Amino acid sequence: MLSFTIQRIGLAVLILFVAVTAMFLMIRAVPGDPVQIMLGPRATPELQALLTAELGLDQPIWKQLAIFYGNLLQGDLGIDVFSGRAVTDIVFQQLPHTLWLILASIVWSAGLGIVIGAYAAAHPNTIIDRIAAAISVSFVAVPAFVLALLSLLIFAVHLQWFPAIGAGDGFWGALDHLVLPAFAIGLSWVGYIARLVRASMLEVMGEHHIRTARAFGLSERRIVMVYALRLAILPVVTVIGVGMGFLLSAAVFAEIVFARPGLGKLVIDSITTRNYPVVMGAVLVSTGLFAASTAIADLLNAWLDPRARSAR
Amino acid sequence: MTNSRSELTQIVVGIVRDPLGLVGLLIVGSIVFCAIFAAWIAPYDPVAMNIQARLEGPSLAHPLGTDQLGRDTFSRVIMGSQVALKVALPAVFGAMFIGLALGMIAGYGPKWLDNLLMLLFDTLRSFPTVMFALAVVALVGPSLQTVVLVVMATSIPTYARVARTQTLSLRNSEFILAERAMGASVFRILGVHMLPNIIGVLAVLAAMDIPTVIALEAGLSFLGLGVKPPTPSWGALLKDGYALIRQTPWLVVGGGLPVILATLGFTFFGETMRDVVDPKLRKQR
Repeated sequence: MLSFTIQRIGLAVLILFVAVTAMFLMIRAVPGDPVQIMLGPRATPELQALLTAELGLDQPIWKQLAIFYGNLLQGDLGIDVFSGRAVTDIVFQQLPHTLWLILASIVWSAGLGIVIGAYAAAHPNTIIDRIAAAISVSFVAVPAFVLALLSLLIFAVHLQWFPAIGAGDGFWGALDHLVLPAFAIGLSWVGYIARLVRASMLEVMGEHHIRTARAFGLSERRIVMVYALRLAILPVVTVIGVGMGFLLSAAVFAEIVFARPGLGKLVIDSITTRNYPVVMGAVLVSTGLFAASTAIADLLNAWLDPRARSAR
Repeated sequence: MTNSRSELTQIVVGIVRDPLGLVGLLIVGSIVFCAIFAAWIAPYDPVAMNIQARLEGPSLAHPLGTDQLGRDTFSRVIMGSQVALKVALPAVFGAMFIGLALGMIAGYGPKWLDNLLMLLFDTLRSFPTVMFALAVVALVGPSLQTVVLVVMATSIPTYARVARTQTLSLRNSEFILAERAMGASVFRILGVHMLPNIIGVLAVLAAMDIPTVIALEAGLSFLGLGVKPPTPSWGALLKDGYALIRQTPWLVVGGGLPVILATLGFTFFGETMRDVVDPKLRKQR
């Protein structure tokens, strides 16, 4: 387990290193002078030279990269060109909003998905199973941002059941503002997790210990709820880890549609104002978050299921 | 050739027999039909403005109403199918073929190359898709090509990994060993003997990838970072609809329904195709 842990974390670090370096080089390789883009066409040469020096763009590329990593390891992602604040502060101020949204989406969608999947697997090939399957496929297919727009239209603008914009104040206010965005992001996950749980449940139900439990005369309900479900939800752990990337992507749209603060809104706003250090800082943090969550999910999975330790 | 044709017929028959597959095929068929004959189906020029008829609700003249510039929403929806397929098809097939080539190289080539390519794939997959797309758009500016490029970059690893796994499992099978013993070249082994065994699985993946790509294009255009106005993309319709959501619901409905229909149709189609082509795959994804 220890060697697997070290290997897995090492891989995550390596991947992050390559990804971040690639992104850094990509920024530098793009045609066009970033200074000119940031300052606009009417900036004086003195101002341009000043910003160039400030951003370290007059140094050779390898030195820029070294400085960049040096700063990164100290938690310094650069300075916002407009407000002069540290990018790290700005990004970490917005991050909790996105994390709450993602957490809320995971909780409700995994909960409902597990129930539907387990129920369908306990009654395979009945009419309910067929309906659950059709609904699951449809849920998976609907893009989160369209769902966000439609739910905004129906539940916020038309019916006015839920607020349309912002993140809300206090616990209940925040919860109230989370309902629609979390619904929009989570719905496709309900279908996804339901299908996953159904498939793994059916597999578990065919195993020997379930047959033994049946032979002992345990009730079907107890077999499903206690013996099968506990094993069948293991794959959900991994999927949620990998799904972080998906949820981070979907959150961007939900934040825009519902005008919520968060990483996605920060990135979009910064793109419109051409505030590149902030864009890159936010993308970097979300990539790091994604890499960490996949690694954690893999480790959890290996801890829960020793068979997964040998496979890559 | 007769053998492969009958296989193709079998796949089509299999898809049509499944009700979900039939619905999917009908939706996909009508979208493709709309895209090809858009210029004839659309009752108005999708970019023609008519300020007097702005923000109208549905009527006989405008089945889905008009937008803030008096452009006919229905015509824009029809023309939007062209944009959706123009992005989705090249992106998906481009990614599939590059992924296929890289995956086969990784699976058949030396170990160090395999490791290097795997690291590359893992790295490409380590970005959350939309965040990666936003970073690229921020750098090179929004356009149809950018969207295609981003989609290709993010989905190549999926294809490559599957192609690699298939290649690895085929690599030591008897018929490949026999070919090698007879002195067949690497190109012949990969191209003639392995390719037909891999392409089917990848085609299924591609069919299931199309809805994701359509949604991503619409999403980026919705954010104003995809195709540029006045190109009638579904995402651009949604962008206008979002801005005017308190004035008229019809733009959001008109832009949203085709995206949902398209993703549903392609998903149904892809899922049924997967079950028909290879039932074993059902468990994997």
